[in-house]
Amino acid sequence: MSIVVDNDTKLVVSGLTGREGSFHGLRNRAYGTYVAAGVTPGKGGQEVEGVPVFDSIREAVEQEGANTSMIFVPARFAAPAIDEAIESGVHTVIAITEGIPVLDMLRTYWKAREAGVRLIGPNCPGVLSPGKANVGIIPAHFFDPGEIGVVSKSGTLTYQIGSELKQAGEGNSSIVGIGGDPIIGSDFIDVLKLFEADPETALIVMVGEIGGDAEERAAEFIAAEISKPVVAYIAGFTAPPGKQMGHAGAIISGSSGTAQAKKEALEEKGVRVGESPTETAAIAVEVLRS
Amino acid sequence: MDLLEYQGKQLFAAHGVAVPGGEVAATVEDAVAAAERIGYPCAIKAQVLIGGRGKAGGIKIAADGTQAREHAEAIIGMDLRGPRGEGPFRVERVWVEGGSAIAAEYYASVILDRGEKKLLAMVSAKGGMDIEAVAAEDPGALVKEHIDPTRPFTGAAARPIVDAAGLAEDVRDEVAEVLAKLAETAMAEDATLIEVNPLIVTEARDVVALDAKVTIDNNALYRHEELAAIDAESVADPQEAMAREKGLTYVKLDGDVGILANGAGLCMSTLDVVAQAGGEPANFLDAGGGSKAEAIVDALTVIASDEKVTAILFNIFGGITRCDEIATGIVEASRQLELAVPLVVRLDGTNSEEGLEILADASLADLHQEKTMLGAARRVVELASHPPAGGWD
Repeated sequence: MSIVVDNDTKLVVSGLTGREGSFHGLRNRAYGTYVAAGVTPGKGGQEVEGVPVFDSIREAVEQEGANTSMIFVPARFAAPAIDEAIESGVHTVIAITEGIPVLDMLRTYWKAREAGVRLIGPNCPGVLSPGKANVGIIPAHFFDPGEIGVVSKSGTLTYQIGSELKQAGEGNSSIVGIGGDPIIGSDFIDVLKLFEADPETALIVMVGEIGGDAEERAAEFIAAEISKPVVAYIAGFTAPPGKQMGHAGAIISGSSGTAQAKKEALEEKGVRVGESPTETAAIAVEVLRS
Repeated sequence: MDLLEYQGKQLFAAHGVAVPGGEVAATVEDAVAAAERIGYPCAIKAQVLIGGRGKAGGIKIAADGTQAREHAEAIIGMDLRGPRGEGPFRVERVWVEGGSAIAAEYYASVILDRGEKKLLAMVSAKGGMDIEAVAAEDPGALVKEHIDPTRPFTGAAARPIVDAAGLAEDVRDEVAEVLAKLAETAMAEDATLIEVNPLIVTEARDVVALDAKVTIDNNALYRHEELAAIDAESVADPQEAMAREKGLTYVKLDGDVGILANGAGLCMSTLDVVAQAGGEPANFLDAGGGSKAEAIVDALTVIASDEKVTAILFNIFGGITRCDEIATGIVEASRQLELAVPLVVRLDGTNSEEGLEILADASLADLHQEKTMLGAARRVVELASHPPAGGWD
């Protein structure tokens, strides 16, 4: 199995005719992902290296059987593009775009929920199921197929941990980048549920960072619902209150959202939290093999 | 982006929320002239982004021209710290505002609740004090209700929240209207936080916002020209201003270890690991995905212009970013900038071997390579805290 993307994924890429969209869309195809179509309004009928381009996502669904949408369009057009994907008939939307206004995402989030469409992102690196499919910008060569599921707010931090797992001889069932924005389509809890139900996942690594209370909520959920071992890492212990650390969601407001509070919440529920990416990978390997 | 009180009040006024009349002033003379026009008593209020300004001496009431001058002289140019140690922030501007006859002080806010993915409206009859303390000591006194994203949030929809908060009967309709207007302001102006503390009832039974705390979503500034202009002029720190000009994500911190990493998460993690190794990070700088050599030159220029920096750590894990590009940037920057501080470089991931070769071929003075993130953190801390025998020159 694996989660979110796999051999059944038929991908339609919004923004395939753009520079980033074509680079990553074709990279995903080279990895083995079935890229069924691209979408750019006004460019229907064109092709990008053999991939047919349509004017709308719905056409790509109807004519090519696309079931998963990847959004690569610029920030100010991205929320409408996600809305279009939600209404097109795909079951999964993966939004890579960074910088979407948060109140736009708030409306879009509820549209996705009401339509029963799984939304990953925005401002995320996408989802990789090693050996099966890669949707997004995760560099696949740092990850081998294996039993560790990874869910993360951060891209490069995930590559760092994945690379250390690989060096230790372990691989991954799926790597899900949920994104670093305040409002994201799928939170830790949504992805933890999927990993719990996935028979190929034996252990889950969760990578969080300052801001919000998603990690604290995940800690409660893990204690109540997750039977598989979870190892966590939290970034941002040295971040001062009120300063936004790169990701739009990474900001400590008032006394909440600190890395220390998240670490304590997780440890209180029996989740081991690594001090560094290196230690986190080492703990994951140790727990998996014990 | 956080707005100053007077900027927030101007936004409120544009959306029909009553605020006291006032003027902004940057000099003592202008403040006194404003006070004379406004009349006495009036309030002289420091415009800095911290809570608890009153307690810190940043808000004073003037009964006459002499007092207005005294207070303006005391406040303009003073350094204020927030209740949690934020700052210090120098007071560049004051807001001079007509005095209000206060009959009651309430609290009202509309904030983005990330967890529930909804706007949250809050009201309390206990305004004018630290609302977090109120919530901790008397949770029932702070009424919270999520705003249904599928329905318009009108005064009628806001009324049950106001009723639950137990405000004076005669002003409940008006407070409910204010709450609805605050929510409308949030949605129209892309604010993720709007807080009014206190929201006062005057002796004439008018409901007036006596303070304003507003946070605007930076991602939405492209569609708010006036707010974008405020944002552009709000950067006081020279390094932060330089970084913004170059399109880099940079945050100034207090320490002496300059840091550059790619990706926000990895960069935060690098700060943490440096702190664990006993060092103090001087900054956060995310070079971003797919960084090219030129961006590295820009980034190093910004970091090195901070005089406190005594050593710099590059922590790169190349995904989309290619380590050979980064290495080329480091070599170029070292030649252009004549760096006076040691560089510790850790390159891993895509094209790291090519990158390491480029660095080795350039044989730069005072460049130290490390294989791991932890090793690099230890090394940079050692170099930052142990100046070479001849000093840094």
